[in-house]
Amino acid sequence: MNLDLRLPIGWMFSIIGALLTGFGLISDDMIYARSLGINVNLWWGLVLLAFGLVMLGLVARTRRGRPS
Amino acid sequence: MPAVQLGTVDYAILIVYFCFVLGIGWVLRRYMRSSEDFFLSGRSIPTWIAGLAFLSANLGAQEVIGMAASGAKYGIMTSHFYWVGAIPAMVFVGIFMMPFYYGSRARSVPEYLRLRFDEKTRGFNAITFAVMTVFSSGISMYALAKLLELVLGWNFHTSVVLSAIIVLIYIFLGGLTSAIYNEVLQFFLIVLGFLPLVLLGLKDLGGWDGLTAKLVPVASSAGYDGGAWSHSWRYLDSPGANPMGVEWFGMVMGLGFVLSFGYWCTDFLVVQRAMAAESMLAARRTPLLAAIPKMLFPALVILPGMIAIALHFDRGGLLPLGADGTPNYNMAIPVLLAHYLPSGLLGLGLTALMASFMSGMAGNVTAFNTVWTYDIYQSYIKPGQSDRHYLRMGHAATVFGIIGSVAAAYAATRFNNIMDMLQLVFAFVNAPLFATFLLGMFWRRATGHGAFFGLVTGTVVAALHHGLTLPEGSMPGIKGAYLGTALHMYPSEMAQNFWTAIVAWTACFVATIAISLLTSGNKSDDDLRGLVYSLTPRITDHDLKWYQRPATLGAAVLGMVLVLNIIFW
Repeated sequence: MNLDLRLPIGWMFSIIGALLTGFGLISDDMIYARSLGINVNLWWGLVLLAFGLVMLGLVARTRRGRPS
Repeated sequence: MPAVQLGTVDYAILIVYFCFVLGIGWVLRRYMRSSEDFFLSGRSIPTWIAGLAFLSANLGAQEVIGMAASGAKYGIMTSHFYWVGAIPAMVFVGIFMMPFYYGSRARSVPEYLRLRFDEKTRGFNAITFAVMTVFSSGISMYALAKLLELVLGWNFHTSVVLSAIIVLIYIFLGGLTSAIYNEVLQFFLIVLGFLPLVLLGLKDLGGWDGLTAKLVPVASSAGYDGGAWSHSWRYLDSPGANPMGVEWFGMVMGLGFVLSFGYWCTDFLVVQRAMAAESMLAARRTPLLAAIPKMLFPALVILPGMIAIALHFDRGGLLPLGADGTPNYNMAIPVLLAHYLPSGLLGLGLTALMASFMSGMAGNVTAFNTVWTYDIYQSYIKPGQSDRHYLRMGHAATVFGIIGSVAAAYAATRFNNIMDMLQLVFAFVNAPLFATFLLGMFWRRATGHGAFFGLVTGTVVAALHHGLTLPEGSMPGIKGAYLGTALHMYPSEMAQNFWTAIVAWTACFVATIAISLLTSGNKSDDDLRGLVYSLTPRITDHDLKWYQRPATLGAAVLGMVLVLNIIFW
């Protein structure tokens, strides 16, 4: 197909993941009382970031494999 | 419940999502050159994308909010919608029906009905389906706006207009491809947005064992055995033993066979995703591949409802109470989002919720514009125009499909009963349709008259059955018994639904056979090649290795779902 869908998926989750991770680093620990004391923004942000980067990595691998 | 405050980071996530949704439409706009590109994605969608879209198009309001609500109200028995219903149906559509849908080159489900039967059968299906999609999309919009009003205090009108405009833009620009691509994006967002909620809920309650233990008081306070909320089959031997009020036969035949097969095999909304696949093999694999994540979805949509009701009993009144004093089950997911997620993840969860509503809306709108343009406009209003003309009509149909949905959303705010009534009517139309398809695909002798009058008979019989029965504790009216007397009382609304479906299906099946035998078909064997099982060459798949064949995948899917049924017996 004309647009590799993994590209927007990869970017979107990388950006949202980075946003959450960043927010998790600077946010006050008080707000994590409701999430059982776990800094969920930091940890889940990293999960999203990793997912996004894997998607982008797959795109890059496909592109390298195909001579332009 | 008090309005939830969103922070800057929550709005930022929401805005990032909107930018990507609109951006995908924008990038795809230049590929929309013919009506086939716009309505069928040029039949070029890879399997994994078609499969996830197949799943996601159905993940609308009703799925996410409704399944969580049922999870709270009935417990894990709700997963029968997946493990008895959807999954076997998806395997069936992939293995047995897709060769006819894709192979016939029909562009829509109504068009298949014209090729196989006749014009009136197609017209009946096209018109009811078009009306149904506009109303479903309107209901989705209404539910979203109502929810945002309740949870965030957002203005109802702003939410309706905003969601309508976003969906309009991305479908207008990129057609079905845009809808499909966004559905896949939304699929990942829904999974990754709801998963932390489930994980936190389970951790809080002490895992599955903790949850099971906390569901015991829920079940016993309702007068059932303690395990009724955490076992899917154990209490199905009699209607009185479980909160759904059904026994195994009504469950397997009504929900599993008629309703689920009827929906997944004949509803153009989902079938369209597989028809857009890049090859016959991809089209056959689409529903099979979709079935794998689908069977795990109870963990994402039903489990939150069970967690919410357990917390409600354990921690005292988590869910808001309705006017009659029972908890408002529809609030299970929003309440949990507010309960567990801090600013940040809360934004992600709400974005996921909005994504699910939008994908439901977009699915309906793309199915509507195709059926409208090909099956109504091109067939009855203006045949024989250039492809450009129909592409323009597709754009126009997208606009007035959305306007119609907005109107339906407002109708829902004013006439709640009318919406219930319409949904009932659609249920009456859909259940018999599966009988028509079964006979059409597997019985060469079925005729156009048989199909049409069989469908009408099935629909009328469904209305009769519903009009003469009543669930216990309901007043005659929208819930049934509107034809004067209730001849039979069902223990629950769910049981009444299942049996209405069984009766409607049987009536259509028998009537279609009887009328077909009395009339002669207008199609020769040549006309029916590729449309009927016995006249179509089998696809042998000899060129594929055994593990690549759709039949192997289908068997594996059924095996996995059997294991799930046993684990949660």
